[in-house]
Amino acid sequence: MSEATSHYQSEKRADTVFKAVMTASAGLVLLIMIAILIELTHHSQLSLHKFGFGFLFSSAWNPVSGQFGALSSIFGTVVSTVIAMLLAVPLGLVIALFLVELAPPWLSTIVGNAIELLAAIPSIIYGMWGLFVFAPFLADHIQPLLGKTLGFLPLFKGAPMGIGMLTAGIILALMILPFVAAVMRDVFRMTPAVVKEAGYGMGATTWEVTSHVTVRYGLSGLLGAVFLGLGRAIGETMAITFVIGNNHNISASLFAAGNSIASTLANEFTEASEPLYLSALVELGLVLFLLSLFVQLAAQWWLKRIKLGIGRGT
Amino acid sequence: MSASAFKQRAERLPEQLAVAEKSRPVEVVGKPLFVLPKGHGADLHAPALPPRISTRNLNFFYGANQALIDNNIDIAAQKVTAIIGPSGCGKSTHIRVYNRIYELYRDQRAEGEVLLDGENILSPSFDLIRLRRLVGMIFQKPTPFPMTVFDNVAYGLRLHYQLSKGELAQSVEQALRDAVIWDEVKDKLRQPGTALSGGQQQRLCIARAIAVKPEVLLLDEPTSAVDPVATQKIEELIEALKKKYTIVIVTHNMQQAARISDFTAFFYEGRIVEFGPTRQIFTNPTNKQTEQYITGRFG
Amino acid sequence: MRALRPRPAAPRKIADLAVKIASSLASLIGIFFLSWILWEVIRKGVAAINWSFFSQLPAPPGTPGGGVANAIVGTLAMTVIGTAIGVPVGMFSGVYLAEFGQHNRFGSLVRFGVNVIMGIPSIIVGLFVYTIMVKPVGHFSGYAGALSLAIIMLPVVARTTEDMLLLVPDSLRESALALGAPRWKVTGNIVFRAARTGMITGMLLAVARISGETAPLLFTALNSPYWPNSLGQPTANLTVTIFNYAMSPFADWQQIAWGASLLIMVAVLMLNISARLATKGKTR
Repeated sequence: MSEATSHYQSEKRADTVFKAVMTASAGLVLLIMIAILIELTHHSQLSLHKFGFGFLFSSAWNPVSGQFGALSSIFGTVVSTVIAMLLAVPLGLVIALFLVELAPPWLSTIVGNAIELLAAIPSIIYGMWGLFVFAPFLADHIQPLLGKTLGFLPLFKGAPMGIGMLTAGIILALMILPFVAAVMRDVFRMTPAVVKEAGYGMGATTWEVTSHVTVRYGLSGLLGAVFLGLGRAIGETMAITFVIGNNHNISASLFAAGNSIASTLANEFTEASEPLYLSALVELGLVLFLLSLFVQLAAQWWLKRIKLGIGRGT
Repeated sequence: MSASAFKQRAERLPEQLAVAEKSRPVEVVGKPLFVLPKGHGADLHAPALPPRISTRNLNFFYGANQALIDNNIDIAAQKVTAIIGPSGCGKSTHIRVYNRIYELYRDQRAEGEVLLDGENILSPSFDLIRLRRLVGMIFQKPTPFPMTVFDNVAYGLRLHYQLSKGELAQSVEQALRDAVIWDEVKDKLRQPGTALSGGQQQRLCIARAIAVKPEVLLLDEPTSAVDPVATQKIEELIEALKKKYTIVIVTHNMQQAARISDFTAFFYEGRIVEFGPTRQIFTNPTNKQTEQYITGRFG
Repeated sequence: MRALRPRPAAPRKIADLAVKIASSLASLIGIFFLSWILWEVIRKGVAAINWSFFSQLPAPPGTPGGGVANAIVGTLAMTVIGTAIGVPVGMFSGVYLAEFGQHNRFGSLVRFGVNVIMGIPSIIVGLFVYTIMVKPVGHFSGYAGALSLAIIMLPVVARTTEDMLLLVPDSLRESALALGAPRWKVTGNIVFRAARTGMITGMLLAVARISGETAPLLFTALNSPYWPNSLGQPTANLTVTIFNYAMSPFADWQQIAWGASLLIMVAVLMLNISARLATKGKTR
């Protein structure tokens, strides 16, 4: 064999190895995804067998008597996420509007950079601040006021403890706010200047151009930002665990202490010694996994539909 | 240039004779400047309407850079005025003052006066919404909004008028007919405006602009992004629209300016170098730079 | 045609003004809260930081002094090991997606998997690693912590790599392949070089993200009051220390939690800022 041929052969072999290594790494990603589903299901067998579907609809949580149900945790996850989204999405939208349409460029740059940095701050920092600074502030100033003015609503009944569902929702909102605002700002910026000019040229006001043209132009991007924020909020652990109160309790009042799936896991997992207790906690994790998977799939399906819709003209 | 050479050229261009005899002959001409169709251009002897727009000492700045210098021009009502000149000469900048669209950008400012029917639109008391209803604008690239064909045309109508459903539909149809695009889109009213072809999108934008019944239409190189067939349709449309509207068109295409305009202004480095009836500008410009530009020596 | 009835402009202008005011106010409120958070962390954190904070082991409550030196070492060690696993695997997956997986079924399946793992709450990753690495051996370990950090990092790195490689024009690949260069050299020498800046930025951001993670460490590395002599044992780390100390009733422990929060926050922000500077320096 000549030297040139053997060189060619070894290059070819190297290429085969290269492709094999890359493919194997990619396969590992798939393997991890499948393994998570299998492992979580496997380790929640005990609880799955004992409680069946009733697990999802029972609010019992008694490690001593071995009764477990996910309802209060699911309730808390949903309520805190809803509060967070209700606050963070409109606020993020107007901050993005402010940064793109209203603020002078120097201010927009400074605030924009600050917001991007804030989006990177670990959630435990938000939790610390929530527990030691914001919860007492809420208990001393805001909750009594809400109780006095809106106390007739069941939402705002109860003792102002600072800690509870409302606080958890607000902290969660603050945590996803920089992220949502930054993504929405990028979406707003994608609208071509000339299309906006055409809107202003028709005699539309800033708000009209934004709501009729810019928002529609970036609709799929904005919804994407909302779903990303939702995905973060739903599984967020540390920002919530500090302030939600950690009580297996379903209450109409936002002042009451509650729990979420993630906070229950964070608080109780290392204490769980009974196999059934542990299994119930893993099943709780499985529920959270499926919930976040569902959000993602719904997001992808919806975004695809919107894109097709714009293309086809519904 | 010898007298016989001049005569020869004049014979080739009988149209130009009358004008050419009166003024200074054009120097250094190797080929005919432009052949204009018979009867082209404004009838200079007709009683002139008062100008729709007049600019008085208009100066414009991008930050510290001055882009327009002492622009004085009268835009005739119900006529097509073309603005030509090399890239960066201030053509677009000039018409972007007419609807104050430049105000979107912080570092841009205009000084002087721009009178629309005698009222200074640069005065802060001139209502911006009203101004933009009176002065419509079409851009280089088609700018359909991300909504249906119908909603695109209805957009300005909904902003500026209180209309019943029937009136709205009627006005939209009328605007689309005026823009000579009705037959092409009447079955596509519920489709997104972005699904139309480039030329159709541009005419859709014209329909959107005329739907609100403006007085002035500003066209900023409206055919630079569409194909020749679509260009021809848009030019025919402009010809038809001038019966109702005062039209100012910026173009880098001199043949286009010669074909469709009644008056032409030649801009160079922010100044209006020459302004007059299109026929005169293209056959017998008085300024050397104008002549060099329209004979294709620079720009 | 009849004259159209004009619509008064005043309500439109009022609505516009109202939105502008609301938007400026809301921005102000949002920025106020976020600055408030930063300010409190700095104020309370600085008070906690001194030499012993960096050099000593945790002290029992009520005892003066005491620090989080072991937790700093543990966090560093787990972040380094997590990165050492997460970056290559993530990068290779990204290479696969960009160079081989653009138009095939396996490619889109892997891309789906990357998105799913990216969207999984980090506490679930911790739970998963618990079931495969902690439960079988019967005790928590630093290695398990590092693995969960690696899994969190992996999809971020894969996505960044794919995005950055796709920015490299195909003509560059083709001209190198046309010269007879083998695929691995084209990717390794040409494509990577062209995409280097963006990838470095992506890696730094990924490291920043895992260095502040708490939830995945709760069930894997747990925490420990001792030096991390072996990562085979429960391993001290800053974030779980913050959690434990903050939830404790002792004021001096809570103060240390603030100090640790400041430390983590500064580290994460520095990583982010350097990632940004890396991109800026190259594009200019």
